[in-house]
Amino acid sequence: MSGLTRTERDESEALLHSALAGGKLPRWAVPAVAVGALLVAMLLNVTTSVDGVAGTLIVAVLLFLVGQTAWSFTVEGRRHAVDRLATTGIYATFLIALAPLVAVLATVIVRGIGVISAEFLTTSMRNISPRSEGGGVYHALIGTLEQVGIAALIGIPLGILTAIYLVEYAPSSKTRRLSRSISFFVDVMTGVPSVVVGLFVYTAFILTLGMQRSGFAGSIALTILMLPVVVRSTEEMLRIVPRELREASYALGIPKWRTILKIVLPTATAGIITGSMLAVARVAGETAPLLLTTFLSQSINANPFKGPQAALPTFIWDQFTSATDASVNRAWGAALVLIVLVMVLYLAAKIISRFTGVKNS
Amino acid sequence: MSTTVEPPGAPAPATAAAGIKGAAVRRGDRVFLGLSRGSGIVILVTMAAIAVFLVWKAIPSLQANTANFFTTSEWSPDANPAFFGIAALTFGTLMTALIAMLLAVPVGIGIALFIAHYASRRLATVLGFITDLLAAVPSIIFGMWGIEFLTPHLTGLGEWLTTYLGFIPLFKNDLGIYSRSIMNAGIVLAIMVLPTISAISREVFVQTPRAHIEASLALGATRWEMVRMAIFPFARPGMISASMLGLGRALGETIAVALMLSATYDINWHITEPGGITFAANIALKWNEAGTIGLSALIASGLVLFVITLAVNMSARIIIARRSDFSGAN
Repeated sequence: MSGLTRTERDESEALLHSALAGGKLPRWAVPAVAVGALLVAMLLNVTTSVDGVAGTLIVAVLLFLVGQTAWSFTVEGRRHAVDRLATTGIYATFLIALAPLVAVLATVIVRGIGVISAEFLTTSMRNISPRSEGGGVYHALIGTLEQVGIAALIGIPLGILTAIYLVEYAPSSKTRRLSRSISFFVDVMTGVPSVVVGLFVYTAFILTLGMQRSGFAGSIALTILMLPVVVRSTEEMLRIVPRELREASYALGIPKWRTILKIVLPTATAGIITGSMLAVARVAGETAPLLLTTFLSQSINANPFKGPQAALPTFIWDQFTSATDASVNRAWGAALVLIVLVMVLYLAAKIISRFTGVKNS
Repeated sequence: MSTTVEPPGAPAPATAAAGIKGAAVRRGDRVFLGLSRGSGIVILVTMAAIAVFLVWKAIPSLQANTANFFTTSEWSPDANPAFFGIAALTFGTLMTALIAMLLAVPVGIGIALFIAHYASRRLATVLGFITDLLAAVPSIIFGMWGIEFLTPHLTGLGEWLTTYLGFIPLFKNDLGIYSRSIMNAGIVLAIMVLPTISAISREVFVQTPRAHIEASLALGATRWEMVRMAIFPFARPGMISASMLGLGRALGETIAVALMLSATYDINWHITEPGGITFAANIALKWNEAGTIGLSALIASGLVLFVITLAVNMSARIIIARRSDFSGAN
């Protein structure tokens, strides 16, 4: 090969390549088609009835698909053309998923940031009509923190205990049918609509047991919604605790319950915390069950067990459906507060799981 | 569902220890077992109680109702005599969920494929995180965004559909108004169920045996052929139940739909026109103005929704459990 010049070597390699692998589009083909499609679409935008950014982009994407497929079909054959088409489609789905997230976050930030002020965070809506400016989310913030806090206090231990039963006790006990049905209904429970849970709490606790509409009634609904998520994530974490740890503990003569408390749970703590925080983040934004159980309140009520109590989601609902300029602005402000709350919980959970090395597989 | 592999010798040492140290240890174990089993039973009882209480409290309105509960589309439970039915609710619920599924299933599966088999590892982590974030956005915020941001942008799409596909009754629009329509609500629902579908499909896709993938590539398959011939056959049950779990979410979604629809009780096949209502949205919208029979009627409709979502979720779980233990809760 050393006798050949550079071009001769390139040519012979190209010949060899095409003989073995068939035709192949050059590397610059995809960007070239993309730029071409965009240019043609912009030309059409100027000359024909195609207009608007969205319309032009859609035309450009269609042109790109047609151009790439046609070129690939003639050079590479049908199979590769289909492959390229599928690859483009799969990349496109990603942009489709990204667009709404960016749009939602941008809308909430743009509409909400101007509303947020010290006054907004520290005052309630007492004596403020939907039409007038002012007021704030203080009462709703208290309500949300208390309701979600109580739900977490009940739901997380209950969920962890259930997971312990499913992972640690059920396999060695004789009641396989019980553990199987618990496991199955935990899964089914994740799919129960939140509004149905709200209806249940209303019928069982408010209509039948005579509890009043209060923050606590909302907490019960949130607990039910949170429970299956906590069970599932804890279960997964307990299952990846190495069996050798348990065996070492048993070998030292330590009873099972102490093994679980002192060995298994501490090993899985980081994962359990992550799962629980995700569950909390998920229920913090629930609106429907609270609408049915806590009632709306415009004043500060720090007692979740007595009387109507506001919450951020119900506050947003109330203000947004009042449909005056001032109230809709307040709804967006509260939406920003709520989304920051949820995202902080969410990011914190993700960071904990990332830096403690326990991973959701 | 296959449960954990219990260490073969595990229970034995525990009982041996109990034998040595006496009743105190056994009592500790018994208390702890009782607590944890009790928590599990609480879950079963809760599910049963949901059904029992909804049925019980729905009965008064069903007895007072003078219309056929299933075929009437009017909703006036507090009128005298009470006159209401779930026909319009069923239509709206199924139609919005159908639109959501048509849009979200292909996109959700595409995203899952992208994360599992197309993107680099680093990119995949970021993208998985982004879809998870989408799942964390509260439903009411999707509703507000849908009304204020998305609806104006969808007017163009509605007009386009009416102009070019208006000969199909579905896309006909006689009013020239394109807001608060079933189509718009369906599109917002599609965005909301996307994370559910993609997260579960992704879980199944990454479990495709490495050997299947490598074998098909070694035989000269293109990447798409590999996906079609190695991944899809393996993951089909997972994809089906991912879609059904997404469907369950779409059927029960409340607040976003309540904000997006204009709550009219008629069966309108023109999906770009304002109108329509769903089970869940109806409950949220009518709750505060309902009287005794009204509340009971809403509970009756909630019961129907509960039964529908239960059926969808249970069949999804049965399909997925037959394959392996994938779960959708994480």
